[in-house]
Amino acid sequence: MAGIPHDHYEPKSGGEKWLHSRLPIVGLMYDTLMIPTPKNLNWMWIWGIVLTFVLVLQIVTGIVLVMHYTPHVDHAFSSVEHIMRNVNGGYMLRYLHQNGASLFFVAVYAHILRGLYYGSYKSPREITWIIGMLIYLMMMGTAFMGYVLPWGQMSFWGATVITGLFGAIPFIGEALQTWLLGGPAVDNATLNRFFSLHYLLPFVILGLVVVHIWAFHTTGNNNPTGVEVRRTSKEEAEKDTLPFWPYFVIKDLFALAVILAVFFAVVGFMPNYLGHPDNYIEANPLATPAHIVPEWYFLPFYAILRAFDDTVWAVQFASFITGGIIDAKFFGVLAMFGSIAVMALVPWLDTSSVRSARYRPMLKWWFWLFVVNFFVLMWVGAMPAEGIYPIIALIGSAYWFAYFLIILPLLGVIEKPVAQPATIEDDFTSHYPKSSDATPAE
Amino acid sequence: MFRTLTLSAVAAFGLATAGLAAGAYDTHIEDFDFSFEGPFGTYDQNQLQRGLQVYTEVCAACHGLKFVPIRSLSEEGGPSMPEDQVRAYAENFEVFDPELDDFRTALPSDHFPASGLENAPDLSLMAKARAGFHGPYGLGINQFFKGIGGPEYIASLLTGYTGEEKEEAGVILYENKAFPGGWISMAPPLYGEDVEYADGHENDIHHIAEDVSAFLMWTAEPKMMARKQAGFAGVMLLTLLSVLLYLTNKRLWAPVKGKDLS
Repeated sequence: MAGIPHDHYEPKSGGEKWLHSRLPIVGLMYDTLMIPTPKNLNWMWIWGIVLTFVLVLQIVTGIVLVMHYTPHVDHAFSSVEHIMRNVNGGYMLRYLHQNGASLFFVAVYAHILRGLYYGSYKSPREITWIIGMLIYLMMMGTAFMGYVLPWGQMSFWGATVITGLFGAIPFIGEALQTWLLGGPAVDNATLNRFFSLHYLLPFVILGLVVVHIWAFHTTGNNNPTGVEVRRTSKEEAEKDTLPFWPYFVIKDLFALAVILAVFFAVVGFMPNYLGHPDNYIEANPLATPAHIVPEWYFLPFYAILRAFDDTVWAVQFASFITGGIIDAKFFGVLAMFGSIAVMALVPWLDTSSVRSARYRPMLKWWFWLFVVNFFVLMWVGAMPAEGIYPIIALIGSAYWFAYFLIILPLLGVIEKPVAQPATIEDDFTSHYPKSSDATPAE
Repeated sequence: MFRTLTLSAVAAFGLATAGLAAGAYDTHIEDFDFSFEGPFGTYDQNQLQRGLQVYTEVCAACHGLKFVPIRSLSEEGGPSMPEDQVRAYAENFEVFDPELDDFRTALPSDHFPASGLENAPDLSLMAKARAGFHGPYGLGINQFFKGIGGPEYIASLLTGYTGEEKEEAGVILYENKAFPGGWISMAPPLYGEDVEYADGHENDIHHIAEDVSAFLMWTAEPKMMARKQAGFAGVMLLTLLSVLLYLTNKRLWAPVKGKDLS
């Protein structure tokens, strides 16, 4: 295998040999846990563990919640109240699950932004990146459908607005929307299929997570320098890496414990801070809320969706050349899905030969502007689409696309990277000069 | 291009701020000082019992609490009334029993009745279904310090009538400083001294509104005190675990980083 050279599991006792020749499961676990990991990984490399933990947390709390929840338009809202009031510890299960979704997205955004900054998507890790983007898409679908289940006002109207996006697709939109909803409008059939899929998708995500890990265990982790681990010999590889167990397991668990302490403070002391008050009103198809807003983690994309109204020249142009097939609504839908598509294609849009932004003086600035822009879009997505807000949303959306489609391809050509360390070991010893005692390099 | 983008972003932000300051929301929500605020805040059992009295004698005429089981009045972390009192209290209500196909006197195991008036919203979750505070600039950061403001909204609404009335499409609307839009169809429910408290607590409109709002926070979040305790235990245990893992991690990495910990 093309992986980093390291020791493999050798069965010793007779029993081990017997098992290993029939099912090499111990060897698989050994190789997974003892994988050589770049020793200079910083604290942005802990989000993967957090994400894995939250996925398990959501599945476990979700399975118990299902035991008490009723997926029917007449009972869904009151069954959630039943969980909150009568089920032992039900309020905790429900708040853990509800805020677990937020933690999931905090972690995934940090994880994605780390990948963007350190160029983790670049060759040979494109498959890892693409699988990750698929997981992210499925997470969004799962979170959206989960939000519908309590059958509050925002559940209902959020579902109406978002499924309406599919209705904006020319020719097949209306039929597609009816098919998705199981009827002409959001109703019991919609609630039931969303419930079914909300239960199914996390297990699909779990499977994709295994593939995601498999992929980067094949290529090896990226690291803050973006310089590859030396693979010419085991001795050299060992100077650049440490085994995952115990070094990174303990480090990651420490980070996880700190993050969970904050998470428990949110769940215990302000569990509704990140939610919308309107979702404590039972769904009413006859009363539209004043402002329909998605949960915070969808807001940047909601802002992009709404940014393109028919006063924007790009929309007018698209409408003109397609003979009106692409109207403002469909353009917004294309922009929203396109914003994720361009991110998924970043391995081929970034032309620079240098991975890590640490050695890319220009990219650094554009990257941090991208991060700021992300939060601006999040804020503007929660604002009513009037006054100055659509203009801010438009500037923000334009920057999102410009970052991937113009800035990244162009920077690879015009930017002059600074010198990278020759090896990971060099980077590590420059941070911890005393460790040079152990290695006779200096 | 970078400079243009930055400049326009700054300009846009400035304009947005100015626009908001001009004021889309002109509602006034008073920041009441409730006992249950903050990570260690608890319900005041006496206040909840007073609030129950206000609800029963005033609000219940129109508004229901259909998600709240009457028995929960005796649960810990709530009004904690003795069970015989709760049984006697339940007899105030008539509920429809589908098995008898008739109305009967309510038992503690029944829920409070639903709203008697069609357009009077159910109050079970009202304290969580409204936000009193949104700012600054719609960011919701002040909720971090003041709370989301549901009970504050209710109390401000109950005390926010200006006395002005108008008729619109055959409906009388009352001006209210806390209600979005400024005009509400609910007639002022409280005037002060609407109830006589057994514990001799002050019964001016401000205190009555505060008591019933606290009670409605409890109906919306009856497990709040248990939740805060669980949260506190969780934070403490995880902090301890973090410290232990920090020390383990430090020791584990020390030889690799060339540090001497002895």
